[in-house]
Amino acid sequence: MASDSAAETLALREQFDTEAQQKDASTLGMWIFLITEVMFFGGLFLAYTVYRRWYPAEFAIASSSLNAVIGAANTVILLCSSFTMVMAVRAAQLGKRDALIWFLILTLILGAAFLGVKAYEWNEKFQEHHVPGPTFHLENAVRQGPAQIYFSLYFAMTGLHALHMVVGVCLLTFLIIEARRNRFSAAYMTPVDIIGLYWHFVDIIWIFLFPLLYLIDRHLGK
Amino acid sequence: MITAAEQEREHYLNESYGIKSWLLTKDHKRIALLYLATVTLFFFIGGAFATMIRIELLTPQGGLVSSETYNKLFTMHGITMIFFFLIPSIPATLGNFFLPMMIGARDLAFPRVNLLSWYLLVIGGLFALFAMLAGGVDTGWTFYTPYSTTYSNTWVIATAIGIFIAGFSSILTGLNFIVTVHRMRAPGMTWFRLPLFVWSNYATALIQVLGTPVLAVTIVLVFCERFFHIGIFDPALGGDPVLFQHLFWFYSHPAVYIMVLPAMGVISELVSVFSRKTVFGYKFVAFSSMAIAVLGFLVWGHHLFVSTQSVYAGLVFSFLSYFVAIPSAIKVFNWTATLYKGSISYATPMLYTFGFIGLFTIGGLTGLFVASLGIDVHVTDTYFVIAHFHYIMVGGTIMAYLGGLHYWWPKMTGRMYPELWARLSALVIFLGFNLTFFPQFILGYLGMPRRYHTYSSEFQVLHVLSTAGASVLAVGYLMPMIYFIWSLRYGKLAPANPWGASGLEWKTPSPPPLHNFDETPIVTQEAYDYRGVIGEEVEVG
Amino acid sequence: MSGQNQHVDSATTYFLVFLALISLTVITTAVAYVDLGDFSVVVALAIATCKMLLVALFFMHVRHSTRLMRLVMVGGLLWLGILIFLTLGDFATRGLVGVPGR
Repeated sequence: MASDSAAETLALREQFDTEAQQKDASTLGMWIFLITEVMFFGGLFLAYTVYRRWYPAEFAIASSSLNAVIGAANTVILLCSSFTMVMAVRAAQLGKRDALIWFLILTLILGAAFLGVKAYEWNEKFQEHHVPGPTFHLENAVRQGPAQIYFSLYFAMTGLHALHMVVGVCLLTFLIIEARRNRFSAAYMTPVDIIGLYWHFVDIIWIFLFPLLYLIDRHLGK
Repeated sequence: MITAAEQEREHYLNESYGIKSWLLTKDHKRIALLYLATVTLFFFIGGAFATMIRIELLTPQGGLVSSETYNKLFTMHGITMIFFFLIPSIPATLGNFFLPMMIGARDLAFPRVNLLSWYLLVIGGLFALFAMLAGGVDTGWTFYTPYSTTYSNTWVIATAIGIFIAGFSSILTGLNFIVTVHRMRAPGMTWFRLPLFVWSNYATALIQVLGTPVLAVTIVLVFCERFFHIGIFDPALGGDPVLFQHLFWFYSHPAVYIMVLPAMGVISELVSVFSRKTVFGYKFVAFSSMAIAVLGFLVWGHHLFVSTQSVYAGLVFSFLSYFVAIPSAIKVFNWTATLYKGSISYATPMLYTFGFIGLFTIGGLTGLFVASLGIDVHVTDTYFVIAHFHYIMVGGTIMAYLGGLHYWWPKMTGRMYPELWARLSALVIFLGFNLTFFPQFILGYLGMPRRYHTYSSEFQVLHVLSTAGASVLAVGYLMPMIYFIWSLRYGKLAPANPWGASGLEWKTPSPPPLHNFDETPIVTQEAYDYRGVIGEEVEVG
Repeated sequence: MSGQNQHVDSATTYFLVFLALISLTVITTAVAYVDLGDFSVVVALAIATCKMLLVALFFMHVRHSTRLMRLVMVGGLLWLGILIFLTLGDFATRGLVGVPGR
């Protein structure tokens, strides 16, 4: 029992009985949090589904105004970051401090690169007057209203995703700092593990966003 | 007998002093008390709005407030009561305090997240209070589009932000409870030895975690729509306002189960202790909690019966709504069967239990009325619906909450409340409640619409009765406020187990020590096993 | 040690999964330009689901995790399904009965 006796450690806080129990609880906690995120994004996916069914033509035209190659490239960047993240987790599991730090830094750089590309894409949309608002206009679209709905969803979904990426980048920074302070070892690397889960989840969201936003009816060649 | 030595004993309330020891506590018991103070404050704020509503409705032409102000009153009454009182109430006060103790744990899985949950409720509440003081919001607590997104000129966004933040408080509490029940049970505390209060809070936590995020994203969309006119709910741009309703009710229907499931958990405890009998059909009650949580997610469309939702969807949702009543009914049957041949005590918590069983049953049965498509067309948006949900929320949840507060007060504070005054207020509350809300069933059936402050003069008698009842109810609610506070100083010192209850929380002193148990308990008994349990205080009745 | 830490996958495993993910990305982009009619979205979602499963099973260690974690993941996806499909149950059946406005 750790009532008032030995100071609790990071790996064994006073409410837990064993380190394994704490690690299990932390992992379960992160997974449940990710489920809440599924439902949070889920509302947007619902809105997307409803309106894509209603306005297939406008959605197709709007989608093809996005650059699919850049979108695909950004997807690859994010997948690379998932790879480096899981390698970081693996390094932590093996107690390899330097490898852990390097993989975390790579992940952070790739994540930042993704955000940079996103910023470029958004700026392009701004220049082309595809941002919902009084100046919105999508060429070739018969009905501007539904076209604007597409872009509202585009900005809401990619924006929310980008916000989660920013949080992820901050968490990675925290991990790098802590790793450099030798806070992690093979026996205790829970924060790396659960932040890794978070990072992969954000990647999974993008895995769905990419085809749903960028690849609608591309074969129509509009 | 409480010895002098016991009075000097260190426990969670006196082991540290000062405001920082409260505001920075990690102790689930102190956090529960922080929540208790907060939700009580919001209860009285919500009650103040209700008072103004009922006074306005005394006369057919109103006259106390304008229509615009009246719209704000019922909106803010609903928002305060639902998001800042009912949803946190039982889980965050009684659940926070007793869930860890009931499973034999020292604390929740994530104590600092627990504290964060409380801060989020407070911050969310401050946003909402700011909005109310700055001019209020008039969209109804359901803030339907396009009124809320386009036409309302009130503080919609500030209120929405407040609810958004409070939603995360709810999500984190749910997350904490789920992990705690899965991973922190003491040795021998198997799932089917858990008190039913734990099962109820667990099922509630599932709802909190799965439903609240959808409300959060809906609020984000309303925010974007209102700020940027993105078109997502705007028919002029091709959007559908009914999409808002789907998203809103996907959370808000399960939300009513967040509000009632923990109450049912309290009743399971009370009905057992005060019949001195194990709960009849324990597994049925446990599984019914889970069934309510799951089925509760499949019925939201019954709030859209009179919208442009398709007829087929209406049929499906109506059918499922009848289905969801079944597990609730199973619970009522099992509680009643628990009473049979039990050794019934009429202590205050039991009075609230009787009140709950009767009033919840009426509320639930009237739910079946509105679940029928045909009847709902007639009674929707009338006082019938208002009476229906107040029977459940006030006649049900609040009664259970008060019952639980009385039951666990000795454990939490180390003091007994005055039994005679408590029984009297239970009676006052019961009478006041029925006088307030039964006339509303009749009003609604006769056609009195909800959210209107002027009405045809033939409804006046019923409104006057209702307002009279509300005054009685207000007195009834003030009484516990007074005597609970009184008891902190002057109440009889409480023994460890004044009620002769089973359950791990009663095996600790009153109030409990900081870490609940000196040694992690090892559980060998089933739940509600009264053999060998002696109440140290012979209770009246 | 908990279950998660006992299985340390090899770097090769991760790299192969990574290559599979890249390939699927290329495929999904290329297939988008092929005329599959209504089937396009099915294919796109199927590929995305495969990628999700690869990330979840291998990168998120679901392959090695307890039944409870898998139940949590399945539960989340199931609930997303309820939200989308039960709502579509309204949108997809509007106008079928001939009642005005529904």
